[in-house]
Amino acid sequence: MDKLINDFSVGLFFWQTLVFVTLILVLRRFAWKPILNAVNEREESIEGALKAAEKAREEMASLQASNEAIMKEAREERERILKEARDMKNSIVAEAKERAVAEADKTITAAKATIESEKAAAIAELKNQAATLSIEVAEKVLGQELSTKNKQAEMISKMIDEVKIN
Amino acid sequence: MQNCMITNFKAFWALLGFMFVTSSAVAQDHGHEAHNEAAHHEEVAHNDSHQPAAHKEEDSETDIKAVIKETIDHHLADSYDFHITDGIGFPLPVILFDNGLKVFSSTKLNHGHEVASIDGDNYVLHHDKIYKALSTDIHTALDYDDHHHVTNEKPLDFSITKNVFMILVMAIFMFFLFSGIAKSYKTSLKPQKAGKFLEPIIIYVRDEIAIPNIGEKHYKKYMSYLLTVFFFIWFLNLAGMTPLGINVTGNIAITFSLALMTFIITQVSGKKDYWMHIFWMPGVPVVLKPIMAIIELIGLFVKPFSLMIRLYANMLAGHVVLMSIIGLIFVFGKWVISPAFFGLTLVLSLLELLVAALQAYIFTMLAALYFGSAVEEHAHH
Amino acid sequence: MEIPEIVGAGLIVIGAGLGIGRIGGSAMEAIARQPEATAKIQTAMLIAAALIEGIGFAALFAK
Repeated sequence: MDKLINDFSVGLFFWQTLVFVTLILVLRRFAWKPILNAVNEREESIEGALKAAEKAREEMASLQASNEAIMKEAREERERILKEARDMKNSIVAEAKERAVAEADKTITAAKATIESEKAAAIAELKNQAATLSIEVAEKVLGQELSTKNKQAEMISKMIDEVKIN
Repeated sequence: MQNCMITNFKAFWALLGFMFVTSSAVAQDHGHEAHNEAAHHEEVAHNDSHQPAAHKEEDSETDIKAVIKETIDHHLADSYDFHITDGIGFPLPVILFDNGLKVFSSTKLNHGHEVASIDGDNYVLHHDKIYKALSTDIHTALDYDDHHHVTNEKPLDFSITKNVFMILVMAIFMFFLFSGIAKSYKTSLKPQKAGKFLEPIIIYVRDEIAIPNIGEKHYKKYMSYLLTVFFFIWFLNLAGMTPLGINVTGNIAITFSLALMTFIITQVSGKKDYWMHIFWMPGVPVVLKPIMAIIELIGLFVKPFSLMIRLYANMLAGHVVLMSIIGLIFVFGKWVISPAFFGLTLVLSLLELLVAALQAYIFTMLAALYFGSAVEEHAHH
Repeated sequence: MEIPEIVGAGLIVIGAGLGIGRIGGSAMEAIARQPEATAKIQTAMLIAAALIEGIGFAALFAK
């Protein structure tokens, strides 16, 4: 202990403390802070780069998954649209057919009705002409033939025969 | 990774090479010194070391031992001039507070061979310390007590000694080194040159010393202190292994200053929990609480004290052992033995290289541990 | 007979050496058992060894 105290130099202690405190302050300002900041910055940038790479990979994976989902959805959509179109086509065709049949029916009915009425009119006219004709014939016959009794009788029987034929 | 490993290996081999040169230089340097001084002593004794007379052999051996002891003591102590090797070196300014400020060159003290008269006051150097001289004559300037200790008064001494000079050099070196690294990050976040070697150590201090001991939440404000103290101790320990004969960290005033700063920072950042654990330890029977408080209070001062002593004694012991083994080369003086001791010195130098880093690590580690205990918030039981 | 100081220093060194040796040995065993906890064990070991060392030095210098 005596040796320690004897060896102790106040001047050296003073200079050491002064220089050392100054050195700490100076190095703190000009060395340690910039160095530690740079090291930190580098570590952070490395960590950031790693994280970004990880994130990019994850994003890529999720993008792929979402791509697939979109593709699937699109396929489904197409299927649905096609099905819808088919259905629509079928229904349109069926409807058209139905309408065509109905139209045809209506035309046929109308034609039939016209034919009937034409027929009736024709019959009526035929009857009228026949009556007129027969009256004229009768007039002529009556005027010429009915001068004798024989001729009258002959005519009558002929008429009767005719009627029978008719 | 591969690159980093290669760089580290390069650095390792470079250090190893440096070590080799260093230890051989130390051996040479002190060898010369020891020989010269031994020769000087022997000259006085009218003795020839190469052909010692049989009855004088013992004397010359104790002479060499004394010279080695003196060399070691001189190496461990601070000094007022920067001595590199024989005749090469430069004086440093002496600054005294004694009847006003006195600044003069250490050449005036002439290594203790002369009394320096400055503005009417006389000073004399004795065993690397400055005393007030009693007279201007070197032979009567000092007064000794019965145990041959100097009883002269010492002036208040703020000289730029060798250690202060080294601290200043190291501070400037660290400033340029680390601010250079800091600047290199402005161009690229990749470490450049010295940063390649030192950045992993900075990150190690942060991740293995600061964060585990202090915690994620508080560690940032202690980083400057921990990093500075780590590199300061480490570099000065390494500087102590160069042949320049620097022994800064093996000096009690230096380690006291470092320990005191650690102590002050710990106490200043002490939170409620910290003080409670010292004065009123929770989870202990009330009877024991005052006893625990006394023990904790002692521990409070023992912690920085052990920090101070550990660094001081480790570095001092390392230097003493290394230099003693180098000294043994001259004690035996046989060409067969010398290479063996040279090898031993090399191995011990490698060990010291490890100790240099280990002591810096342990000091920083324990400082972080103490800071951690000061800011820790315990989950209440 | 007066016991020289160096004997006390030797005793201190023996004690501290034994203590640090035990810590080192236990740490080795612990690391062998749980190699994944090496870093934590090493830290704890160094701290314990440093504390013993501190006491040893304190005793050496406190004469």
